[in-house]
Amino acid sequence: MPDNKLENSVVGTSPARLDAPDKATGRAMFVDDYDLPGMLHGAVIRCPSPRALLTGIDFTDCAAAPGVVTCLDASGIPGENVIPVIFRDMPCLAKDEVRFSGEPVAVVAADTRDRARKAAALAEVSFEELPAVLDPEVALNGEPDTPLIYGDNNCFTEYLVDRGDVDALFSTADLVVENSYRTPYQEHAYLETQGMIAAMQPGGVMRILGSMQCPFYVREAVAAVLGFPLAKVQVVQAATGGAFGGKEDVPSIVASQAALLAWKTGRPVKLIYTREEDIISMSKRHPGRIRYKTAVSGDGKLLAMDVDYILDAGAYSTLSPVVLWRGAVHACGPYKLEGVRVRARAAATNRVPCGAFRGFGSPQILFAVESQVDEAAAKLGLDPVEFRLNNILEQGDETAGGQLLRDSVGLRETLETAAEKSAWGEKRVSFSSDPPENERFRRGIGCSTVLYGVGLGAGGEHLARTGAYVQLEPDGSAVFAVGTTEMGQGMTTVLGQIVAEELGLDISRVRMMPTDTSRVPDSGPTVASRSTTMSGNALRDACSPVRRTLLEYAAKKLGVRPGSVSLANGRAESAKKSGGKRGDGSESIPLSEVLADAFADRAQLSGHGWYRVPHLEWRNRDGQGDAYITYAFAANIAEVEVDTFTGEVRLLRLTAAHDVGKAVNPREVRGQIEGGSLQGAGYALWERIVSENGIITNPDFSTYIIPTAVDAPAFEPLIVEAPFPGGPFGAKGFGEQPLMGVAPAVTSAIFNATGARITEIPATPERVLGLIKEKPDEY
Amino acid sequence: MNTDPKPLQDRDTVLVNLTVNGETRTLRVPAMKRLVDLLRSDLGLTGTKEGCGKGECGACSILLNGKPVNSCLVPAFQADGAEIGTVEGLESPDGTLHPVQKAFIEEGAIQCGFCTPGAELAAVALLEQDPDPDEETIRDALSGNLCRCTGYAAMVKAVAAAAGKVGSG
Repeated sequence: MPDNKLENSVVGTSPARLDAPDKATGRAMFVDDYDLPGMLHGAVIRCPSPRALLTGIDFTDCAAAPGVVTCLDASGIPGENVIPVIFRDMPCLAKDEVRFSGEPVAVVAADTRDRARKAAALAEVSFEELPAVLDPEVALNGEPDTPLIYGDNNCFTEYLVDRGDVDALFSTADLVVENSYRTPYQEHAYLETQGMIAAMQPGGVMRILGSMQCPFYVREAVAAVLGFPLAKVQVVQAATGGAFGGKEDVPSIVASQAALLAWKTGRPVKLIYTREEDIISMSKRHPGRIRYKTAVSGDGKLLAMDVDYILDAGAYSTLSPVVLWRGAVHACGPYKLEGVRVRARAAATNRVPCGAFRGFGSPQILFAVESQVDEAAAKLGLDPVEFRLNNILEQGDETAGGQLLRDSVGLRETLETAAEKSAWGEKRVSFSSDPPENERFRRGIGCSTVLYGVGLGAGGEHLARTGAYVQLEPDGSAVFAVGTTEMGQGMTTVLGQIVAEELGLDISRVRMMPTDTSRVPDSGPTVASRSTTMSGNALRDACSPVRRTLLEYAAKKLGVRPGSVSLANGRAESAKKSGGKRGDGSESIPLSEVLADAFADRAQLSGHGWYRVPHLEWRNRDGQGDAYITYAFAANIAEVEVDTFTGEVRLLRLTAAHDVGKAVNPREVRGQIEGGSLQGAGYALWERIVSENGIITNPDFSTYIIPTAVDAPAFEPLIVEAPFPGGPFGAKGFGEQPLMGVAPAVTSAIFNATGARITEIPATPERVLGLIKEKPDEY
Repeated sequence: MNTDPKPLQDRDTVLVNLTVNGETRTLRVPAMKRLVDLLRSDLGLTGTKEGCGKGECGACSILLNGKPVNSCLVPAFQADGAEIGTVEGLESPDGTLHPVQKAFIEEGAIQCGFCTPGAELAAVALLEQDPDPDEETIRDALSGNLCRCTGYAAMVKAVAAAAGKVGSG
């Protein structure tokens, strides 16, 4: 798309967020803030057993409880008992067999929330325990006494990546590094729990309003469960209090439960999850078991990697096939390698189904691959940053998946910038020579490099399209709509900036309409860091004819060719010409005059836009081809202080440089870096789900520890811009990336401080102390 | 003879007098009703959010006699006679935002916005007590308000930026 001006006036600046005033004043409407006439409240009845035969539900006491209007189990579902994600193996309400502790089996509606919840506790769920599979490696071991809970091998999906002669590369390598790694569940801990309101509308339409990332997923699920056509389900997003992947697929469950009660009672039903039921039953980051072998030459070149990647997917497949795919594709990090062999499997277990969480299968594997690279550098006595600079992907290289990187590779710049700004070289020296009085508190500095495949990639190409709508008003203000959602990441403002830029408006005159399935066609999910690139491109497409019309009318008014007119800040300006009214020969008129002409002439000043990602050539057979439209890159440098008496680690400083193509709003980019990085720090140091016999025992914020303001390190967020020609104004998605490489940078710093090599996160004081004690002579 | 008062039951109601954002309110509510519910349901002040219901996340922070408290842990009867401040009371009647609100917007301290009202009130309480806090003091004051989006850096900056402006108008 040609630009008629040299500099952008709105894109690349940091105007205040369009949604901030409502959020600062408490006016923003989250789902629980709505109250509809006659509204009932829902609650969910769950089975506590990780695996059981469901023998009956006695509703006698539940139905007789005060305020109860209706209760309903699987037998009362009018449509199909399914939450469609990829494989359609998950029921809306379990029938016959329960497969994880906390699985929903029935729902109840009452006149108040308290009464609904109390009544839910009165339903008597009868079941007979069955042998459960609680460990992913046991699930896959093929032993005759391992219960089969999915297919003939308890494996939802398996992917292979195969490139080069891996065995030959290992047999000739000077150094082989080999290790096993474990990564934990991670809970999203969005501050707003899951919630939905369902209400029947005239015309037989079920309207859903709630907290979500993916309204089109919700629509598909509600239509399936009710047996309604898609056209008779309308899904509207309320202000959404954080998501991070945790509101990708599971809001379909919550919405279907509310919709069943609203359909049955004919009254609006609000269903808000308690924090406890949210933690025990909603998706998590998959725990990972990862074995790595890396071949390295004596002069410090990475040659080959051999990887076995197992994810604990939990009881249903949900998004595991695509989470696993992303992990497999990212298994070699951002490095040049001649040989790669990856076997990746998602195991079925009787645990809570895992799903999407910022990074989507890659934080697990990046922890492992970055640890391998760090171990290799240490064994060769090389500086970890230098070692990486010697092996990273550059423009013109091929990824381990065989994708040629044609453009937009800012990785070297991220690493060099982060190293410089963090004073890497000096601190490597000064920290190791801390005086002896610091014997107890040892400081260390470590690094990681990350690549991130932008968008859904070849694994989700069927969903890689988006719609948009824009409508310019006679007073020079504009509304727009997209099919992706605002969940806090700043999409509303970034897209508003793109519309303002395209149409020459001030950002304050642009408004985004709430995301609503009835406004634009199915635009796929708001995931994979895709809203800026996808909706941004669709909006540019929508704005294009409107912009063309404005330029034509402005040119007529200014007496010049449309090609010499530019639009900015509510004005149309002609390029220099002789005899113009201004000193430099240019002429500028308010956009309102142009609009007056255009509207008087009944010109169309609205547009629908569409964007679909170019086809990616990809082979599943050996995991080779073009996996993604482009990649974002990052380098993290972490500084820690380890208390060698207690094993406690303090994260002091995190320098994080991210290649985002183009920062449409630099302040929001920094906000994504800081917030994502702190989630990564939580993953590295504190966050873990504790289970006993398949039952989660820490479903609250006193026992599942997310970082507070006093735990957060000093951040230095750095922006690198290697423009991506396929993105709006050069932008590429990156919102997930800040989380992805923090854990290995932190554990690299712990190694630098103490010599303790963490292979299982979180690096709790117990683990760190245990490793320090194993090597008493060294420190 | 047992003279202990009978423990309050769910069905018992009490008359509660409180001042909310400067306005006197009298309500008859179930005695064990939580203050967060009284504010949200009875008074329609939905700016106060509930994130956990257990006093762990701080989303429901309000000012009770000037001190930040988790309103999910306060039974309504305990708020009898109290002065309550919520996010709705931070704006001036003419719509001028409180310096803390302005700073949260300008510094990029708001992402999803769910923790924002509680965090703003924690900041307001801090600045009332200490008009010129250092970074450590700010972080301590915000440590009861979980935020999963921002990494806190912008929030800390916002409180520091507001510090100079509170009081001086």
